[in-house]
Amino acid sequence: MLELRKDLFADERDDNLNVIGKGVQRQDMPGHVTARTRFFDDHAFDGMLHLKVVRSPHHHARIRSIDTSAAERAPGVKRVLRGADVPVNKNTLLSLINFGKDDEPSLAVSKVSYKGEPVIAILADSEAQALAARKLVRIDYDPLPAVFDVEETLKPGAPVVNETYPGNYFEYHERFDHQKLRFGDVERGFASADIVMEHRYQMSPIEHAPTETNGSIAAPEQNGRYVVHSCAQGLFFALGTTAKIVDVESNQLHFIGGTVGGGFGGKVDSLTEPLAVLGAMLTGRPVRFVLDREEEMLYGSPRGAERIYIKDGLMRDGRIVARHIRSYFDAGAYTRLSSYAAIKCTAHVPGPYWIPNVASDIYVSYTNRCPSTAMRGFGVTAVDFALEVQMDRLAEAASMDPMEFRILNAYRDGDMKPHRRAAKNTALVECVQVAAEKANWPLSEQAKRASSLIGGGAGERAQIPATQLDARGQIGRPDTRSGPVTQVLPAGTSRIAPSKQPVMEGARDGRATPTQVPRYEPQRPTAPPPPAYQPAPPPYQPASSYSPAPGHQPASPPPASPPPAAPAQTQHGAVRFSSVFGTRRR
Amino acid sequence: MAKLPIQFRLNGSDRATFVDPASNLLDTLRRGLGDFGPKYGCGQGTCGVCTVLVDGEPQLACLTLAVSCEGRQIETTSGMADGPNLHPLQDAFMDHFAAQCGFCTPGMLTAARALLAKNPQPSREEVVEAISGNICRCTGYEPIIAAILAAANAPGARRA
Repeated sequence: MLELRKDLFADERDDNLNVIGKGVQRQDMPGHVTARTRFFDDHAFDGMLHLKVVRSPHHHARIRSIDTSAAERAPGVKRVLRGADVPVNKNTLLSLINFGKDDEPSLAVSKVSYKGEPVIAILADSEAQALAARKLVRIDYDPLPAVFDVEETLKPGAPVVNETYPGNYFEYHERFDHQKLRFGDVERGFASADIVMEHRYQMSPIEHAPTETNGSIAAPEQNGRYVVHSCAQGLFFALGTTAKIVDVESNQLHFIGGTVGGGFGGKVDSLTEPLAVLGAMLTGRPVRFVLDREEEMLYGSPRGAERIYIKDGLMRDGRIVARHIRSYFDAGAYTRLSSYAAIKCTAHVPGPYWIPNVASDIYVSYTNRCPSTAMRGFGVTAVDFALEVQMDRLAEAASMDPMEFRILNAYRDGDMKPHRRAAKNTALVECVQVAAEKANWPLSEQAKRASSLIGGGAGERAQIPATQLDARGQIGRPDTRSGPVTQVLPAGTSRIAPSKQPVMEGARDGRATPTQVPRYEPQRPTAPPPPAYQPAPPPYQPASSYSPAPGHQPASPPPASPPPAAPAQTQHGAVRFSSVFGTRRR
Repeated sequence: MAKLPIQFRLNGSDRATFVDPASNLLDTLRRGLGDFGPKYGCGQGTCGVCTVLVDGEPQLACLTLAVSCEGRQIETTSGMADGPNLHPLQDAFMDHFAAQCGFCTPGMLTAARALLAKNPQPSREEVVEAISGNICRCTGYEPIIAAILAAANAPGARRA
């Protein structure tokens, strides 16, 4: 039964719920059918300038020199912007919640890392003049080797895509090359299984292709503020990102949005707002920065491609006894939201099935492709596809009906998940039963009698099993273990040691860290002057809080470059991902 | 480049402006005359969000030279309602939830309006054909088709 928690938000709710079963008109519909809805581009300003960016023609190249003199003299051109004009020319979207390192410039300075990366912005009286001047910018590139494969890029000697992450992987907890999940002992599970099956699944990037392309218009307001008409899906997210990049207090920006001409995740990256506002600040005129259709399709960030390996241990009676998932997210050249996608993916595995031994290693790989971003369940949809195809293959291997196979393995209420939480309000059994009925798919009497309320949460299904550690005392990769296992994370425990916290740990009391409004001014490190925005990495200094026991190696595998020393007060913004780290209100 | 004077009737009103010879009708309507009903989606005639009526014929404003509209009758979604009274197609779109983000809606309404003006009782296939040049990325085609068919049967639907 669905549990209604009416105690939550009791003071904010109206229990006069009477709309189910009725058609209720959307508040924005009259505007849509009369064309009075104002999208970001449906605003007129006198003296508006049009911004166009010059993009890299190379996947990966050093910038030797940039000559904009001809473009600056071109008819109608009012200003040419380069990286040095951007106050904070390095950002990562999730820095607003202190997650990840700033790694992406608004305008590339010394190097381009994907084809289409913006290098120069041109502001002109008309779009045609900006486009004409764009052709006059001379950029001397020194092409570098590029890497496009999510596994090749992790190999030693691969070209470094993103100097902020020299190992070409996002650093979880500032030192791990992937997000890890361990539950029980998958190796023992595979050894005891009747059938072991491994398959590889490869997804493609997908462009959202909204009918309205990404864009914004920024204009000076009369009171020293700037109004920004934006297509952003997350308006305050765009506001915070823009305030950081142009280095103003957020109360100087007046963002107007709410009308998004198709988003689907492709309008959360603040692709245009920072440069539009910067242009308006520097010229004192309204500035419109809109991607044309070609830019939208080629350089609007897509859904990231994922490569997923699933290895399962199956018994002849259809029970899955072990599942190991290894996945690589293609972030493209910069992080954007891929780091979050991998966490969502980790929270989602092993799918809605009770499996006593689970291991998962999710990597975010940097490649010389267009950075990828959010799209409709990113981090979950692809792995779900892979998992369910795998389930069909397993059912076939066990000579079982695929529907009954899912009912057999589905979570029941009370089952312990690998994330050390009991499953609640489970309903896969009932969903499969209803789907089978509607499809006239015959189920056995036993499958028809199954229930999410029966058979779960008892015996080993309710327990956190002993989780095997490797010879180094870590929960490392099972396939890299050498020699017999000597250590065990005792049953019922969910953490190793504070300094080597495994994934999926929230605040210690399991409650949400209070939301903090990011304050950039006091915390912002001095922006190094471009073009030398990438200083040489500091010599290796182990973080004082991390002292491995004798004989222990750093987290597996050692990063290509030593991680920088952790700040004294490491604050993982990740703990605020409520759906993952247990910060949900209960 | 010297600008050219141009005059046409927009939603029943005489309008005059100066345009670059290379200007398309879409920019002229939006930036020149402030009618933001037609949208920019692709600039290459593939998405249909800029659809307007030129002398009653649906045309893609992004591919129509403004100077070619001299003396023509241009109609856009902005002029579809009769004062406070919505066109039957607009009512039907509201009743059938035939808009999600709303960006393709003006083009869809214009394509449907052209259809019903010529063919007051279209078949479902004819409706599908009429909006086949209009892309809805929220993929709400079914409610749109239902709305157009419903409007065809509503009183007053033949009003252009």
